[in-house]
Amino acid sequence: MKESKEELVKLLEDMLVIREFETKVQKHFAEGEIPGFVHLYLGEEAVAVGACSALKEDDFITSTHRGHGHLLARGGDLKKMMAEIFGKATGYNKGKGGSMHIADVSLGILGANGIVGAGLPIAAGSGISAQILDKDSVTICFFGDGASNRGTFHEAINMASVWDLPVVFVCENNLYGISMPQYTNDHRKGQNIQDVSDRAVAYGISGVTVDGNDVMAVNEAVVEAVKKARSGGGPSLIECKTYRHRGHFEGDPTVYRSDEEVERWKEKDPIDRFVKILKDQEILDDEGYKELRNEVKGRVEEALQFAQESPEPDPSEVTTDVYYGGAE
Amino acid sequence: MKKLSYAEALREAMAEEMEKDSSVFIMGEDVGIFGGCFGVTGDLVERFGQDRVRDTPITETAIIGSAVGAAMTGSRPIAEIMFAGFLGVPMDEIFNQAAKMCYMTGGQAKVPMVLRVPNGAGIGAAAQHSERTEAWFTHIPGLKVVYPSNAADAKGLLKTAIRDDNPVMFFEHKILYNHVGDVPEDEDYVVPFGVAEVKREGSDLTIIATGIEVSHSLEAAEKLAEEGISVEVIDPRTLVPFDKETLLKSVEKTGKLLIVSEETKRGSFASEISAVVAEEGLFYLEQPIKRVCAPDAPVPFSSVLEQAYLPNPDDIVTAVKEML
Ligand SMILES: Cc1ncc(C[n+]2csc(CCOP(=O)(O)OP(=O)(O)O)c2C)c(N)n1
Ligand SMILES: [Mg+2]
Repeated sequence: MKESKEELVKLLEDMLVIREFETKVQKHFAEGEIPGFVHLYLGEEAVAVGACSALKEDDFITSTHRGHGHLLARGGDLKKMMAEIFGKATGYNKGKGGSMHIADVSLGILGANGIVGAGLPIAAGSGISAQILDKDSVTICFFGDGASNRGTFHEAINMASVWDLPVVFVCENNLYGISMPQYTNDHRKGQNIQDVSDRAVAYGISGVTVDGNDVMAVNEAVVEAVKKARSGGGPSLIECKTYRHRGHFEGDPTVYRSDEEVERWKEKDPIDRFVKILKDQEILDDEGYKELRNEVKGRVEEALQFAQESPEPDPSEVTTDVYYGGAE
Repeated sequence: MKKLSYAEALREAMAEEMEKDSSVFIMGEDVGIFGGCFGVTGDLVERFGQDRVRDTPITETAIIGSAVGAAMTGSRPIAEIMFAGFLGVPMDEIFNQAAKMCYMTGGQAKVPMVLRVPNGAGIGAAAQHSERTEAWFTHIPGLKVVYPSNAADAKGLLKTAIRDDNPVMFFEHKILYNHVGDVPEDEDYVVPFGVAEVKREGSDLTIIATGIEVSHSLEAAEKLAEEGISVEVIDPRTLVPFDKETLLKSVEKTGKLLIVSEETKRGSFASEISAVVAEEGLFYLEQPIKRVCAPDAPVPFSSVLEQAYLPNPDDIVTAVKEML
């Protein structure tokens, strides 16, 4: 668990980086500078930061279509990220992946995935590698409430459980999969249980639900699960209840939820809440917070400029990287 | 005739068939109040209710598997898979269950279902959301494969698909959804399967194209006409069944064949078309067949790369000139 003053401020800083980064992406997508689909992580910052801060350098994560926050929390390079989102040659994926596939493999990121639920078996496989190669690495698998209705959820967690694979399954329950509510009292719902973590019992693993807008609570639960996984205790399922401030993707008119619901969740904003705690505990004052924000804003601004000024990929790049190492 | 977009034409086909036949229903992700990821189902949930326009969890395996079960027991499901790139998920349900049920039961069981899929690239959606998978399914006996290139065909073919007693893979090109065209108003207007359309007559060379490449080919043919080159453009409309006769007749007339498809070239439906002509029309040809397709690579994200990747009217003009 994070306790020292430096550690706590670092958690805030990491969340602020995501907030500022995503806010910039939102703006420049609206201005037509970014092609394709963009799924923002705004509002969910505490999940990625609380979870990734429980990992060591040689651990792994699997990311999703809503993956900017995961990569940032893992220490991703802001410039290469922004350039990738702009489709530039200097981006992490040379402009071939874009927002939905942005990844830094050297940071242990096993791809950001456009196929919902595809990350779960991949995470199990990473757990198998830890056993085969006799390493103590742990893999965090991020996935949504919607993804938990795919067969891959069942198959991967079952496998991880029977083989005690060192994987922590972190469900980002933001209450919707596009327009489909995770749970309601009526007929139209993704699943008939209020808590995704209830499913852990079916696999014989531990499952908890935490407040996903409380970075400390997320961190505490994940630290515990990582410790267990690393010491051979097998996988866990951690459900983080959170909320996306924006629509499913940029441009989503969000007809399926009320403004009032959005406002209610904005009052539980993970950053505002954590700032208040740090201020109450006199770890941070107004001045310090302002400085930190400005510093983060500056870094994001630099990344944006880098992306805007970077060259487009050369058309000859279309057929490179199809096979690792070059030729067919 | 009335003006409808491709998406509206599809919606109208579903609405008319649902009006007529209470066993027809829709299911898929976000097809209800969200109106479908590309807006195709639109307001159908308001008109037909949540039982007949079913929003599903994210569960492609169960969407297609349950469509097979529903189809075998008297319903006529129209299942939507949000992007062709997700078709890997319910593949067993398509190729072992839907496709083979009739054969395995010696003709006893029928599976009258339609699987609607937004196909194709061009919207910056990168590798997993831009797939063109029609050839995977033309390879599977037991499936019919349909790919309308315009609003009128979209409506007429979808109605035929819903009425067909076999599983139909219905590919729709995402870029075409907003294309507006003239659609016949007659409620009984349908387009039969296995009948190609000669979209433009010509004498110098035959182009056969599918999906969005039909409009690209017509655009190219128009440009070439200005230079005195006369190109015939054929749209097969359905890939299975495939209208060989119309194509072979055209190749006999022109002696030259260019096949245009947005698919990656290797193992594409364009390959199948060239095999048909090599087998049954080789001696009509004055020179080798040519294919304009996408390169054998996944679809890149960057707009510059994606535009370089996709076949466009200029590529078609260049290929035609190389052949003449
Ligand atoms: C296999 C598959 N089915 C459907 C989709 C389309 N899709 C993209 S994101 C999404 C919703 C995912 O919901 P959830 O897992 O809760 O993640 P969230 O977007 O809420 O973060 C859907 C249905 C997809 N990408 N892959
Ligand atoms: Mg969700």
